[in-house]
Amino acid sequence: MADNQQQPKRSLSGLEVKPVYTPDDLANNDFARDLGQPGEFPFTRGPYPNMYSGRLWTRRQIAGFGTAQATNKRYRFLLDHGQNGISTDFDHPTLTGYDSDHELAEGEVGRLGVAIDSVRDMDDLFLDIPLDKVSVSLTINHPAIVLMGMFLSVSEKRGVDWKSLRGTVQNDSLKEFHGQKTFALGPRPSLKLTTDIVEFCTNRVPNWYTISISGYHIRESGSDAVQELAFTIAQGMAYVESALERGLPVDSFAPRLSFFFGCHNDVFEEVAKYRAARRMWARIMKDRYKAQQPESMRLRFHTQTLGSTLMRQDPQNNIARGTLQALAAVLGGTQSLHVSGFDEAFDIPSEEAMRMSLATQLILAHESGVANTVDPLAGSYFIESMTDRIEEAAWEYISKIEAMGDGAYPMKQGMLRAIDTGYIELEIARSAYEYQLRIESGEQVVVGLNQYQSEGTQKLELFQFDPEEEEWQKGRLAETRSGRSPTDVRKVLSSLKQAAKDDKNLMPGVLEAVGALATEGEILDTMREVYGEYVDPGVF
Amino acid sequence: MAAQPANIKVLLAKLGLDGHDRGIKVIARAMRDAGMEVVYMGMRVTPDQVAQTAMQEDVDVVGISILSGAHMRLIPRLTKALEDRGISDDLLLMVGGTIPEDEVEPLEKMGVQGVFPVGSFTSSMTEFITENVSRGRSAPQS
Repeated sequence: MADNQQQPKRSLSGLEVKPVYTPDDLANNDFARDLGQPGEFPFTRGPYPNMYSGRLWTRRQIAGFGTAQATNKRYRFLLDHGQNGISTDFDHPTLTGYDSDHELAEGEVGRLGVAIDSVRDMDDLFLDIPLDKVSVSLTINHPAIVLMGMFLSVSEKRGVDWKSLRGTVQNDSLKEFHGQKTFALGPRPSLKLTTDIVEFCTNRVPNWYTISISGYHIRESGSDAVQELAFTIAQGMAYVESALERGLPVDSFAPRLSFFFGCHNDVFEEVAKYRAARRMWARIMKDRYKAQQPESMRLRFHTQTLGSTLMRQDPQNNIARGTLQALAAVLGGTQSLHVSGFDEAFDIPSEEAMRMSLATQLILAHESGVANTVDPLAGSYFIESMTDRIEEAAWEYISKIEAMGDGAYPMKQGMLRAIDTGYIELEIARSAYEYQLRIESGEQVVVGLNQYQSEGTQKLELFQFDPEEEEWQKGRLAETRSGRSPTDVRKVLSSLKQAAKDDKNLMPGVLEAVGALATEGEILDTMREVYGEYVDPGVF
Repeated sequence: MAAQPANIKVLLAKLGLDGHDRGIKVIARAMRDAGMEVVYMGMRVTPDQVAQTAMQEDVDVVGISILSGAHMRLIPRLTKALEDRGISDDLLLMVGGTIPEDEVEPLEKMGVQGVFPVGSFTSSMTEFITENVSRGRSAPQS
């Protein structure tokens, strides 16, 4: 079955793949129009002329677990071992806007990420890390305005000018309804908060990337590459329209939008996906939204290799999967990269697994030679043809979503309706199910899982979570609550509530609230009082 | 003797704040396609809510998915909530997710009949159900 060469081949996303490609496959492809030089419109070949020969990609392994102090130690370990950016992973209570002592938080405080309740924890998280030198990625969405507020507050306290801060806040609220699903508010209020951050940072924190428009979580939720590309670009268009509706000029905020994709095992399909994404975004920004600055058209992205491709069976095989995926991301021109730990089918990665992931990146960077040439696969009959096919297929989805909207901002309206009706979630769930059936039938070979199983089991040294940390964090939260002025907290939360009712930008109110030691949960509760709670519709 | 899928009612839910719902939605589809009746409660439900719904819906199987690592904390609360309602002997309790090998046995001791770590096949779950659902349900009346 596995070695049968007679079956017609398809990419992982179901696109037809021929055994041989020829110049005929590029008959409609025009070099100047469709590719151009790297660093030039439509940026298919890369956002910059020199790419890695100018500067290597940023090796940014995400990390976070337990308390802020514990995570701070991991950050300093990673910085000492060749990493040059920090990416924060928050625990579920933080991601969903609940304090560590909330009923639903039980067992999850600090479990899959670091627990942050107040600005005091944020201060601990970045202890002895120079915020004006190291770029920081805050991986947070619906409560992004609160965590961003805490980060700005800590910077201010340390005398770091907000203009010198370089980093990213994920702040991609829309994908939370079909990927990752750590929502705290409904689609409309969370989109409003996303736009508040864009507006505030455009004026006050100019070097900050305000949204990391994310396909990664969509892919982890089971989408194929076409859906990942289509829904991510559609989300990006919705954010652009929301900012335009706010009255921001396109070239004021568009240069600070960035992207985040996953990387699966189908190497050439992934490379084609990244190249298509750059071309699509450039044309959308120029032709549709009338951007003038090249910076507004350049799609830059972070890649994370997909945890859902990692198997429990023969976990060392995951190092090979991670290497292939990382290779595809680099061939596709990623700006930064996280290679998932080979032990992630069991738990969050051990220190040893993270060291292997960083080593994978360093071997690609310094030993493989793949970083020497910009867009090395350009001109391949196959790759160019695949890039065209994946772009066409993605446009079909985007047009469908646009048709769901109307008015001056049809992509914004269309995305909201596509979320309301469960269209996107159900499309992704269908792909996830079909992929699972292909694995169970053996049509899709997964080495060690459905074929080539090995007999022996290997014992890994897994990450050891300290359950005491939850109690410690709750104690810390109680201490924060008792050490502040209740009158001040009531005052700042009530003025935040008023600002929400008046539909003002909430960032100034949030900054005031975190400064008065209001907790993340209290701030989000205040917002939930105004905007209502969002309940998972439970569709499948 | 194996039960007929058409006579089996399954309750699926995710406990806690964990947002990883890809697996449980795949399982929900697989069980539905196998002919079972599926009630999916969605995410962010508490052990008490699951037990209450299991009783009200009179289900044969409760399937819980946890990928947040909180299973050792949350499952004992669920088994207690089921016992408190006197229904733990009437149903099959299954748990799936990111579960290390050495936590499978402790979960079984807590009263979980089937543990299915990530990577498990949906076909193994539907087989497990049809082989282990002991209570014979009468066919639905038309």
